[in-house]
Amino acid sequence: MNDPQSRIGEIVKSNDVVLFMKGTALFPQCGFSSRAIAILDRLGAKYETVDVLQDPEVRQGIKEYSEWPTIPQLYIRGEFVGGSDIMMEMFESGELQELLAAAQ
Amino acid sequence: MPMAASDIEGLIKAAIPDAEVTIRDLAGDGDHYAARVVSKSFAGMSRIQQHQAVYTALGGRVGGELHALQLETAVPQTEKTQ
Repeated sequence: MNDPQSRIGEIVKSNDVVLFMKGTALFPQCGFSSRAIAILDRLGAKYETVDVLQDPEVRQGIKEYSEWPTIPQLYIRGEFVGGSDIMMEMFESGELQELLAAAQ
Repeated sequence: MPMAASDIEGLIKAAIPDAEVTIRDLAGDGDHYAARVVSKSFAGMSRIQQHQAVYTALGGRVGGELHALQLETAVPQTEKTQ
C-alpha cells in the first residue's frame, strides 16, 4: 500500500495538474524545474508540486512510473505530459494552454 | 562524469541510423547539452515516445552520467508533407 509506485499513482490521480520537480515553486533547485514553473505561471495555471528532493523513493520511483529518466515531469488529469522541453514546445504551439484549460 | 558531444551523437546514431543530430554544449563544461534529433523513424510517434527513443539510445545515461540534455525531436519536413 505504501510502496512508491502506489503513492505516486495516488498523487497523479488526485491532482488535475501536478509537477514533480526539484525544489519548490518558489525555490526551484534546478534550471529545468525552474523553466517548468515559469511556463505554468505564465499560463496562470493552478497546479500542485511535489519536491522529489524531499523524498528519495519518489525521486527514483517517478522515473520508473513514467519510464522517463529526468525531472521535472508534468502530469495533467493523470496523464504524463512530458518534461520541460516538451512543455516548452507545447507552450509555443498552444497545446499546453488547451490541455490546462480542459483540466481547470 | 562529463561526456563528449561526439559520444552522444555516436550513441544516438547507433540506435537511430538515419538520425540527423545537432548538439550544442550549453555551458562549455561537457555536462549541459542541447540536442536536436531529426529522424524519419519518429513519424507517427508522440513527443514522449520520440524523446524516450533518444533516451533509450543513450542507454540510461540521461539523468545520471549526462546530467542535462535539453532535447528537441522532429520528423524531417519532407516526410511530414508527403
